[in-house]
Amino acid sequence: MFIKPYGDTSDDGAVQLSFTLPIKNSGRAKEAARLYVQKLGFKKAEVVHAEALSEDFTFFVAYGKTDISLDYSKVEYAEAVDKSMSMDEVNEFIKTHLKRKLVVVGACTGTDAHTVGIDAIMNMKGYNHHFGLERYPMLETYNLGSQVPNEKLLEFAKKVKADAVLVSQIVTQKDVHIKNLTELIELAEAEKVRGKMLLIMGGPRVNNKLAKELGYDAGFGSGTYADHVATFVAKKLYERMTGKK
Amino acid sequence: MTTAKSKLGLSKQKIDKARALALEITAPVQDYIDKHTTVTIERATLRLLGADGANADGVPVPNLVAAQCGDRLAGGAAAFYLNALVKLDKTPAALNKEIEKGLNIASLELTDNKRIQAKAAEIVKGLDARIAGNVAHRNAKLKQYKDKVKSPLIYVIVATGNIYEDVKQAQAAALQGADIIAVIRTTAQSLLDYVPYGATTEGFGGTYATQENFRIMRAALDEIVEKEGRYIRLVNYCSGLCMPEIAAMGALERLDMMLNDSMYGILFRDINMYRTFTDQFFSRMINTAADIIINTGEDNYLTTSDAVEKAHTVLASQFLNERFAYNAGMPARLMGLGHAFEINPEVKNGFLYEYAQAQMAREIFPEHPLKYMPPTKFMTGDIFKGLTMNTLFNFVSKATGQGIHLLGMLTEAIHTPYLQDRHLAIANALYVHNTMADFMNDIEFKKDGIMARRARLVVDETIQMLSDVKKRGLFSAIETGMFAEIKRPRDGGKGFDGVYEKAPGYYNPVETYLKKKLKVGK
Repeated sequence: MFIKPYGDTSDDGAVQLSFTLPIKNSGRAKEAARLYVQKLGFKKAEVVHAEALSEDFTFFVAYGKTDISLDYSKVEYAEAVDKSMSMDEVNEFIKTHLKRKLVVVGACTGTDAHTVGIDAIMNMKGYNHHFGLERYPMLETYNLGSQVPNEKLLEFAKKVKADAVLVSQIVTQKDVHIKNLTELIELAEAEKVRGKMLLIMGGPRVNNKLAKELGYDAGFGSGTYADHVATFVAKKLYERMTGKK
Repeated sequence: MTTAKSKLGLSKQKIDKARALALEITAPVQDYIDKHTTVTIERATLRLLGADGANADGVPVPNLVAAQCGDRLAGGAAAFYLNALVKLDKTPAALNKEIEKGLNIASLELTDNKRIQAKAAEIVKGLDARIAGNVAHRNAKLKQYKDKVKSPLIYVIVATGNIYEDVKQAQAAALQGADIIAVIRTTAQSLLDYVPYGATTEGFGGTYATQENFRIMRAALDEIVEKEGRYIRLVNYCSGLCMPEIAAMGALERLDMMLNDSMYGILFRDINMYRTFTDQFFSRMINTAADIIINTGEDNYLTTSDAVEKAHTVLASQFLNERFAYNAGMPARLMGLGHAFEINPEVKNGFLYEYAQAQMAREIFPEHPLKYMPPTKFMTGDIFKGLTMNTLFNFVSKATGQGIHLLGMLTEAIHTPYLQDRHLAIANALYVHNTMADFMNDIEFKKDGIMARRARLVVDETIQMLSDVKKRGLFSAIETGMFAEIKRPRDGGKGFDGVYEKAPGYYNPVETYLKKKLKVGK
């Protein structure tokens, strides 16, 4: 089944576009915009609006018609297994399945002073319209801030009986984060807390693959929000609980 | 802007009662503030006395001096800096170079007190002249171009991370009709206990606030001022761990507005409450001296809590911000108290509530240039719906005579604004504001209608809340989560170790100058 956009007639392939070009508004600029839309692959292109944003920029609204179609029957998409739950769903899940508040401790460890990552995940206000873990009624959270020594973090996590420990690493110069993250795992082994509490790392230069290699339960890279982390924590703990039973 | 009679039938007695409660609530906090200083207040003082620059590792000179002083900060850092100027017979610029290279000025023996005070008098005189010059320049331009002043003033944000990209976008926005340009700070800056030095081209979701970046943007906007014949205001963020230092930089570089809230840092950035209260006071004195309008952050209450249920927390916070600002000598005309259009668009009659609440704020704070914030919480990827919501927001803002109108972006939920997003927002606002220019004066509300009842309810709930806060005390109220449902322990949060009880004989000639100029205290 081949499909194309529907404007006002079947298969007319009509698409609406708006964009800005770094040129002064003029008849020539408008023609340039039309040609540009054609270059994008639209057969018919019409610039319906052009307006100067400044002497150097012009905003255009354009319509194009395309011949390109797509075989919908060949589109494959599987729902992500670990699809992120919303804040309310996470809370419901914890209430229903774990039946107690979960304790989450977070910190930016070692010499790293950048709390932007851990704050984006934990702070009440959250980030980019995703509330932080502090906002989750079924989570008891402790954000220890930046430059927290690994020993202190584990000591605190044991004291409050943490279910999950979040470690943020922003600075990755000379692989300082690998050293620091490895040290935490070794300490966790020595203290026999590994396997008892979830150890989760995050930062713009880390990912799940690296996390597994280092012995963490999960790793979250850029684009992660609190809901992703909360979903993982809730589901993983539930998995462990039911696995043991 | 004075409203003779309340269109909403608000009770003057109740409003007076709320103000009386705010006075009682802030009094013990002000007592604490008066007896304390902080590391950033001392650094701000140093900056205003001329400390600037950074060493090879990027540590700013004010921080180097503060570290050299250690616990002696409790007596004030100014004496050490002034002493070094006198003893080494250097200009501030020359002394800064020496400090950058490693000179420890706290180890110099203090010279005759009279010489230090004479130096202080000389520098403070120069400081006063510089700040007064900035104020005079702004006032002259505002007067020269007063025909082009819009109401409300149109406020947009730039946030590229690169000050030179910011300049392009800011100039484009100003040419299209924006009156106010805010340069958003990079995400982590509010938690840095220092102000970076120099021009910067990298940031995360914003651009570092540095004195050099302030200068670059100020100069860029001044170009447009002359070109357009309209004064363009520059805004930055006087919040976080360096509140007073940012205020100092803004006063020196002629910023026109500063985001500056008495409790935002405590609640939303987990900064220690003693630190924030003490810092906000000093920063507000500087802002007042420089005639800088502050913008308070009440909109944040509504992004974390429900905007219908918690409308009274906004009003309660406005009363507290107002009182704290008065305590710092600030006149009402500089208080851009914040509020926001954040009711869920699915709520029936939500528009009437928004309108009622905006009108209520206008009537309760008649001389204040209220800062009205656009919808953000319920903005989605549906940019077309977003544009519609922003249109209603623009309507309410004009219909209630708001002072500072932060434009909503149709792509709010998606990315930092594209050039064209800002253009569409400005065009929308200009259209709405013009087509209903005198609507406000032509409209009255039904006695005891939905809007009048809504406003009265919010006032009643506010008085109830302020009464509760008074009973517990503000520190305990914050500890128990009465604001934004966030609990912050009084000895927790960032920056507590930078708070000092003022030692006997505490010496700060900048503070003395500010208090005298603004008639604060006693």
